[in-house]
Amino acid sequence: MNTVALPGMLRSPLNDDRSQASRSTRIWTGLAVAIGALVLLGALAYLLPALGAPIGPAGVPSHVSTDPANLPYYALRSLFRMFTALIISLVFAFLYGLAAARSRRLGAVLIPLLDILQSVPVLGFLSATISIWLVLFPGSIMGVEAASIFAIFTSQAWNMAFSFYNSLTSEPADLDEAVRLMRLTRWQRFWKLDVPNSMIPLLWNCMMSMGGGWFFLTASEMISVNNRTLALPGIGSFVEEATAEQDLGKVGLAILTMIVVVLLIDFLLWKPLTAWAEKFRYTSSQSTEPRRSLVLTVIRLSGVKDLLGLVGHPLADLLDRITRPLGRTGARWSRGGGRRRTGDLLWWACLALIGLWGLWQLDRLVIRPLGLGEVGHVFQLGLLTFLRVLILMVVCTIVWVPIGALIGMNPRISRYLQPLVQILASFPANFIFPFVTMVFIIWRIDINWGSILLMALGTQWYILFNVIAGASAIPDDLLEMSRSLGQNRWQRWKTLILPALFGSWCTGGITAAGGAWNASIVSEVVSYGKTELTARGLGAYIAQVTATGDTPRIILGVAVMSIFVVLADRFFWSPLQSLAQRRYSLT
Amino acid sequence: MTKINSNGIITAEHVTKTYQSDKGAELTVLDNIDFTLHEGEVVAILGRSGAGKSTLLRILAGLVPASKGSVEYRGKQLDGPNPGVALVFQSFALMPWLTVKDNVELGLQARGVPKKEREKLSLAAIDAIGLDGFESAYPKELSGGMRQRVGIARALVLKPDALFMDEPFSALDVLTAENLRQEVLKVWSEEAGSVKSVLIVTHNIEEAVEMADRVLVLDSHPGRVIADVPINLDRPRDKQSDLFQSCVDYLYSILTGQRDSEDIRRRLQTKVRNRQAVRDSVRDEETAERNLPDATPGGLAGLADVMVNQPNGMDLADLAAKLSFEVDDLFPLIDAGLMLGIFQADNGHVRLTDQGRAWHDADILESKEMFSRMLMDHVPLIRIIDRALKNSDDKSLHGSLILDLLRAHHSDKEAVQQFDTAITWGRYGELFDYDADDDRLTLDPENHTE
Repeated sequence: MNTVALPGMLRSPLNDDRSQASRSTRIWTGLAVAIGALVLLGALAYLLPALGAPIGPAGVPSHVSTDPANLPYYALRSLFRMFTALIISLVFAFLYGLAAARSRRLGAVLIPLLDILQSVPVLGFLSATISIWLVLFPGSIMGVEAASIFAIFTSQAWNMAFSFYNSLTSEPADLDEAVRLMRLTRWQRFWKLDVPNSMIPLLWNCMMSMGGGWFFLTASEMISVNNRTLALPGIGSFVEEATAEQDLGKVGLAILTMIVVVLLIDFLLWKPLTAWAEKFRYTSSQSTEPRRSLVLTVIRLSGVKDLLGLVGHPLADLLDRITRPLGRTGARWSRGGGRRRTGDLLWWACLALIGLWGLWQLDRLVIRPLGLGEVGHVFQLGLLTFLRVLILMVVCTIVWVPIGALIGMNPRISRYLQPLVQILASFPANFIFPFVTMVFIIWRIDINWGSILLMALGTQWYILFNVIAGASAIPDDLLEMSRSLGQNRWQRWKTLILPALFGSWCTGGITAAGGAWNASIVSEVVSYGKTELTARGLGAYIAQVTATGDTPRIILGVAVMSIFVVLADRFFWSPLQSLAQRRYSLT
Repeated sequence: MTKINSNGIITAEHVTKTYQSDKGAELTVLDNIDFTLHEGEVVAILGRSGAGKSTLLRILAGLVPASKGSVEYRGKQLDGPNPGVALVFQSFALMPWLTVKDNVELGLQARGVPKKEREKLSLAAIDAIGLDGFESAYPKELSGGMRQRVGIARALVLKPDALFMDEPFSALDVLTAENLRQEVLKVWSEEAGSVKSVLIVTHNIEEAVEMADRVLVLDSHPGRVIADVPINLDRPRDKQSDLFQSCVDYLYSILTGQRDSEDIRRRLQTKVRNRQAVRDSVRDEETAERNLPDATPGGLAGLADVMVNQPNGMDLADLAAKLSFEVDDLFPLIDAGLMLGIFQADNGHVRLTDQGRAWHDADILESKEMFSRMLMDHVPLIRIIDRALKNSDDKSLHGSLILDLLRAHHSDKEAVQQFDTAITWGRYGELFDYDADDDRLTLDPENHTE
């Protein structure tokens, strides 16, 4: 974890075998890793006491200082929250994925539930749980901190859980048979097969989640729910505060800090991790260049692995022993026949009862007090936001698909641009909202249309990113075929490029559309200084009712949004995706 | 290992396996199978593809429950994976993220063997199967044959009561497979104590006869046992011996459903005479060891096409530059052309001969005829194959007879390359044809009349 570039190593980045490295290289790298580790531990030791600080007599502050000198510290606090949430998300993904994949009955419930959870906006979770967090840690800032971390968690966890579940259900059959016949314990199977098999997709989802988390950082640090505002020191709350003060210079500084943070994370974490994860690929493809990372090379050369092994191996052995009682993987066949059917019946009956109870509660708490008129009104608002998402998707597709295709089909350009787009995708777009809002105010642009642009700022990258990846995967021989047939440009796009991009466009589209729904909450209500622009739409509705803590309306708004997202997934994206797999897959 | 004790390790009784097809119809894969694997024997399950061989193996291994019937391991009824079985997979089934050593240790780790002990055992198993020096390699870095060695080491290190092998050599090329088969047989005979019995699933009759003490033949649709044939041949077994061949022929006749003993005897005699025919045809040739360059007729024609516009010929280096080839890539083509008399060369300068020019200008039928004449005039190996085919009873031969001949003079890899090249050339010249599935060379109908 150190940024010092080592000239000796830059010359020969290929060689990361410690046994062949010179003595000076070994010392260098060892020193670098030691310094990195110290810096990391030091930062943690510096941060931790502040987290448990008691709340003063004035209560939780609702403002943070906007002194730019605080920015590095704020960035550290935000980073700490981010990674704590990411680690919790990872553990959650493991547990949720395992439960859904290993138990047929749980899986039938957990997977559709994931769809719904994915569509519930962050603010919805926050307003529902904020009081719980404050009660759990009375008199300490820890309660607010926990609420913030939980909010970030809810913007990160779901796609990771889904990715892990997918990997579990698509494990190679022969490896599954091998571990069952070798009678690995459940613990061993998890670490020897389940986790390695899921590593590459899971890592990509971690990176995506990180981007999603940044986007909701402002909402998670400047918690404005139930008629109160709780502010935590962090880079997100800094931006919010600076916007309220109409100080664009400070917002600019925060953006700069954020760019540095995103680049550092990419260099120190994602690059080494993706390079390391190459070993979890089943087949090594010769065509793509091997992923390299300076940090990984330094770590490998430093021999820190051997040092960690001294502690790690006995610990792993111990864990291996004490987890034996968890049993062996697939030690017994699942039973068929009568008993299983009775169990199923009971299970589904229970679920039906819970579902009925939920409907009854919904009716009692939401529909009766608000009346059917309000429900209809919220559906209308949902329709408006739906139209915005639709326009956004159409425009982004028209703009980014041709550009992405051109970038992707040119290997030289894509090698430089692809990482850049990836970084852009993880940069929190709402940091530049204040600038855009100011432009809206000056040029008197209607926020009802302007919010589409705001939503697009955050989500368009998913389409671009996926289209680039898809275009670079178009086989050269197909392009050559098209050229040799003398196809004109339109024919080539119609018969080759667009069909070949369809699958990756779908993948990007789902993410972008889902993200746009969530982004509507922070895009349909924006403010700059004293001026607040509010669009008509479901996002604005949810933002307003969570601010005032109007529980029935929050439930109604969140439920309607979930319904829209789930319906769009079921009736639009799922059919498209299966079509893409059936007809337009290149392999 | 040939001594068979009467006590069974794994016993299957009335095992039936049915699957629900997509349309809801019941599909019977295995029908009422009784089978006992005794201590100390090597059993091969032989059947055509779709006969449910692998399903039977998986039921005996406890990976899949039977629909009806039961499987017992040492008197105890199975309700999960069989603890006495280690399995070698057709697809190797290695964890790509673990080193060779870690892969081999996996099963020991599951048994809770301490680290020191684990290391000792795994290194011994790695040594035994010839993986020395590859301990810290990843499977991705190994060839197919080496990967399967890891699979075998991973199974052997557990010293299982029964070693199961599911088509272990069929993902490998012919020579690697043969080589590995020999090594596995050697390891068994050396370490008879560590593995009590072996069950191998195969569709390769020779493999079954080479390895097994007993061959269980499965019929397909639905799979049921149609024969249980003991193989009483001394080890090591000579694949060329007539006894071996008669076993193969007998199993072949069972599999194809024609168990006519007269036919078998006739086929056996044919085989003996065929081998004689091959031997006879070599006798007149002194240059059998001359190498055939690895070039295709199409490549030759292409090169001739380039050269035809250069009446004075070209320097090799220029030619290579013009075709953007490495000079090394060009050599096989040039060598082949020189051998056949299409090119002539001196001091790195090549040009087309009159014969080559005529060949280039000829129409397709004519050019094939000319090519076959060139082959017969200049290529001893083609002459040998041609003569042997004409001398054989039914104008056809096992390709392995020719391959064996080549292996007397060449390394295994070279032998295969020579054989492949000879077949490609002979096919193009319409001299003979080759069916890779049956390993059968046949005289081309066009060639009968000569």
